[in-house]
Amino acid sequence: MKARRRLLNLIKYFVLALPVLAVGCGREYPQSTIDPVTRDFGPAIQDLYMTVFWWTMVILAVVWGVLAYVLIKYRARPGGPAPQKTRGHLGLEIGWTVGAAIIVVLITIPTVQTVFRTQAAPAEDALVVEVVGRQWWWEFHYPADGVTTANELHLPVGRPVDLHLRSGDVIHSFWVPRLGGKRDLNPWVREPDASGPRVNRLAVTVVEPGIYYGQCAEFCGPSHGLMGLRVIAESEGDFQNWLRMMRTAVAPDSGSQADAGREIFMRSTCVACHAIEGTNARGNLGPNLTRVGVRTTIGAGLLENTTENLVAWIRDPAALKPGVKMPGIANGGGGFPATGLSEEELAAVAAYLSSLK
Amino acid sequence: MASAAHHPPTATGLDSRKLGFWTFIGSETLFFGSLISTYMVYKGAAVTGPLPHEVLDIPLTSVSTFVLLMSSLAMVLALSAVQRGSRAGAITWILATAVGGLIFLGFQAYEFTHFVHEGLTISANVFGSTFFVLTGFHGAHVSVGVIWLLTLWIMALRGNIGPADALKVEMAGLYWHFVDIVWIVIFTLIYLIP
Amino acid sequence: MTMSSSHGRGAAAELYSDPRGWGATIWSWITTVDHKRIGIMYGCASLFFFLIGGLEALLIRIQLAVPNNDFISAETYNQLFTMHGTTMIFLVAMPMAVAFFNYIVPLQIGARDVAFPRLNALSFWVFLFGGLYLNSSFLFGAAPNTSWVGYANLTSAQYAPGANVDFWVLGLSIVGLSSLLGGINFITTIINLRAPGMSLMRMPLFTWMTFVTSWILVTAIPVIAVALIFLAFDRFYGANFFVPTAGGDPVLWQHLFWIFGHPEVYILILPSFGVISEVVPTFSRKPLFGYPIVVYAGVLIGFIGWGVWSHHMFTTGLGPIADSFFVASTMIIAIPTGVKIFNWLATMWGGSIRFATPMLFAIGLLAIFTVGGLSGIMHASAPVDLQQHDSYFVVAHFHYVIVGGAIVGLFAGFYYWFPKITGRFMSETLGQWHFWTFIIGFNLSFFPMHFVGLFGMPRRVFTYPEALNLGDWNMASTVGAFIFGLSSLIFLWNLARSAVKGAPAPANPWEAPTLEWSIASPPPHYNFAEIPEVRSRDPLWTVPVPLSQTRPAEEPLMPSPSVWPILTAAGISLTWILVMTGVWWVPIIGLAWTAICVYSWAFQPAFPAEAH
Repeated sequence: MKARRRLLNLIKYFVLALPVLAVGCGREYPQSTIDPVTRDFGPAIQDLYMTVFWWTMVILAVVWGVLAYVLIKYRARPGGPAPQKTRGHLGLEIGWTVGAAIIVVLITIPTVQTVFRTQAAPAEDALVVEVVGRQWWWEFHYPADGVTTANELHLPVGRPVDLHLRSGDVIHSFWVPRLGGKRDLNPWVREPDASGPRVNRLAVTVVEPGIYYGQCAEFCGPSHGLMGLRVIAESEGDFQNWLRMMRTAVAPDSGSQADAGREIFMRSTCVACHAIEGTNARGNLGPNLTRVGVRTTIGAGLLENTTENLVAWIRDPAALKPGVKMPGIANGGGGFPATGLSEEELAAVAAYLSSLK
Repeated sequence: MASAAHHPPTATGLDSRKLGFWTFIGSETLFFGSLISTYMVYKGAAVTGPLPHEVLDIPLTSVSTFVLLMSSLAMVLALSAVQRGSRAGAITWILATAVGGLIFLGFQAYEFTHFVHEGLTISANVFGSTFFVLTGFHGAHVSVGVIWLLTLWIMALRGNIGPADALKVEMAGLYWHFVDIVWIVIFTLIYLIP
Repeated sequence: MTMSSSHGRGAAAELYSDPRGWGATIWSWITTVDHKRIGIMYGCASLFFFLIGGLEALLIRIQLAVPNNDFISAETYNQLFTMHGTTMIFLVAMPMAVAFFNYIVPLQIGARDVAFPRLNALSFWVFLFGGLYLNSSFLFGAAPNTSWVGYANLTSAQYAPGANVDFWVLGLSIVGLSSLLGGINFITTIINLRAPGMSLMRMPLFTWMTFVTSWILVTAIPVIAVALIFLAFDRFYGANFFVPTAGGDPVLWQHLFWIFGHPEVYILILPSFGVISEVVPTFSRKPLFGYPIVVYAGVLIGFIGWGVWSHHMFTTGLGPIADSFFVASTMIIAIPTGVKIFNWLATMWGGSIRFATPMLFAIGLLAIFTVGGLSGIMHASAPVDLQQHDSYFVVAHFHYVIVGGAIVGLFAGFYYWFPKITGRFMSETLGQWHFWTFIIGFNLSFFPMHFVGLFGMPRRVFTYPEALNLGDWNMASTVGAFIFGLSSLIFLWNLARSAVKGAPAPANPWEAPTLEWSIASPPPHYNFAEIPEVRSRDPLWTVPVPLSQTRPAEEPLMPSPSVWPILTAAGISLTWILVMTGVWWVPIIGLAWTAICVYSWAFQPAFPAEAH
């Protein structure tokens, strides 16, 4: 933490030196890479970064210092003496070659140590979450509890987590900077021995409760910039409550607008792609909508989860997220025909989804 | 020929065309190296058949390999004949080299058609993709070599290849031997090693 | 020493036009095999593409100036950033360096032309056609849109069904062929056409770096060629190289791409290192400090550059052992780079430094490139890279090395060699304006990106939410980009104006030590009336070379112009373009055309005397 303060001071100093940028200071940066909230992964990277950072600052100071000195001291003066035609100095050259080599070794050693530390096998009792990247949303599956959700990853604070990352289409990269570094989701179909889908793994233990922003970090097509996610880190108790909630069905009061929406949802093409726990909706091409009402955002971190935004989304998703596979009420999309819902039906469906909490 | 006068003595004494051609062959080595590496990396990765051991015919390909190797020998004799100034020798051996190449290509054409009948196409699986692209590009190189040799042969027939033009034949020879060596590697790695 | 352009052929206009009129002049350029004219054409073409790539950058920056902007659509943005990267690397930085290879290297080694003049013309036309073809995609609204690295399987027919990726894969193949042929030509030229007495260790550093770069080209291009062939077969003929469901592995693309891609970085930077190694000694009036070590460092960079590619893939999941290996190899390559910087500083130490514009840009490179090199060390550290990879921190890094290194070095080259090429100086006043607006614009544009990256903004996103609080930093970058744009316009204006109105320059205006300055500015088409005899590393500083600048009694015999290079280039380009049809036999039409041209070429005498 001391290191972080030092860096922030440095940044502040830089910003003061460039008044144009002064406005950028003292803000909250929800996706900051230098403010980790995990026990091992994040801080290990952060500490290493500080080590490398200070070494490079030393080198920069030396190079710029010598450069400035030379430019002032040895500028051409009228009538000055002709320079000596020195062609080299073996001792000096060996000196700075060895000097550079020593610094490189001093950076490489902690780097390699951290490489192995950050890729160590996760704890035996770690919570396994399967993360599947899709154009342009995230699927999270908790195999031990049989729970599937999308775009908001709930994690218990203090328990080691073992993320199994893979892709359902093209390469994506899972990046929640405050948890630590990123790791790619590759569309590997199977292990060579056919034991199952090959995955990349990422082991983290979150130590501070909160909501953390993340997004896809590998270019994955038109809406790559809109493939956001949230990590919701909560106490073990809250997490268990959430799991329990995800496994129980919820139904709107009969006769309500939401109930009408449920009927429309179940008889329209929605169910071809979406699943809702405890109903006949079992599609798996789009995000699982179980308890979608409790999510903070819709459209993979795109919009705040309000009924109005749901209406706007269902009306014309492609207008909000270019290339999205979901069709709107008037425009088809992703090879699917338009849903053809009326404005009234649209409002009802939105009300139904909002009620799923 | 006036050409010698216009190629002033070089810093190394080597003819620039020869040096440039060696550089090109160096580059080609990496080209085939990448193709062959990909084949090796993808070995066993095919999800569906046909698999290599189901279609590859080692005896048949051994014959075509032998023919290609012999054509390299003919190439050596052709160059020697040109250097000696033996026009008849040049005509004979250049043609023999080209015919060797043509026979090899014939075998390859047969093999490709046969594989396609067996269900192995470029899109059947990764084995098909790597096999056809690798051997296909090799075959394309052989074809270029054959055309080159036939051109030299026609020039020789017209009496346009004298000892002063040995370099032209020598460069074709460099290319031909290179393409042969690449085939030896391909034959060993794809056909012989299971 | 008489260093004036005494033989009365000083004006470039006179040298480069045909008295018979416009048509004859244009024809003489189309059929030229003169390395100097080809160099000039490379330079002009690269500046043209520089304008296009710059315009793309400005549109990108407008879009990113504020959060949630809808100035351009996601699709347009993706096309622009893909073409910006592709253009700046393959159509600007590389050919701009090749322009200097062409013009300067034969002069530096005391040759009358390159080893294969017609092949040289072919390289240029293939490059030009490839570049135009790539950019023609904008006319169809189908510019490449999957980034300059084109990661599989996003580029597969399934996920990129349009013609966008077709243009990319075929356009790059065409441009790559040009580089390969150029590499072969320059290797042969440098090995074989050195003047008597010019041993390898007497070669000017720019020639040395051209030599190393050419080797990298010749060895790296075939690897990307194979990757592009795989992709083309996947897209056009249904192969499965990068199709996971058929057993293909998209990560293979990354390996092949970066086995080429990292050496490519040195293809971009080494020519500039060469320029700086000429400019710094000349304007410090001191020979290069530690010449052998600077040469060996360059060669070493070229070699180790082959063993570091996976540092672009630390997030791919290669495992800790591979990661550690590539950390170590990447760190090692920092050593020769650092050594070069210190040798340049030592060259200036004790010198008598003149701050003419070429030197300003050389100093600019030392200051700016170092920043980029050091941020590179940060993400050479694999775990740190897990945070910085594909973030704006990396965008800042590679602009500091590619613009701050490669392009700034070439700017220095323009100011340095312009008097030699045109016989006129570039304006010092405009040069100063260019330099300072560039320094301000460049740093204002790219320095904030370090913070934008550290605060979590990934690259290649067409917009970003307000919640990230990165609007102000991005606005600063946009303002900086426009200042940078303005500085580039000043530069282009300076080039154009000085070519016509610049103050006349003598043969050796900077009192430089290398052979190109021993002949008139601009040089006659045969370069050297007599091939010089070289006795030292700085021939014009130490032993005065006997210079025969008068017109020779009989002009040396030079290769004849030929129309076949441009026609062959057209055939090659056509062959590739016809692959777009997806029908396997259609490209054979282009192939047939190419074959006819190749035969006509082969049987056309290279020299006029042979026609008798």
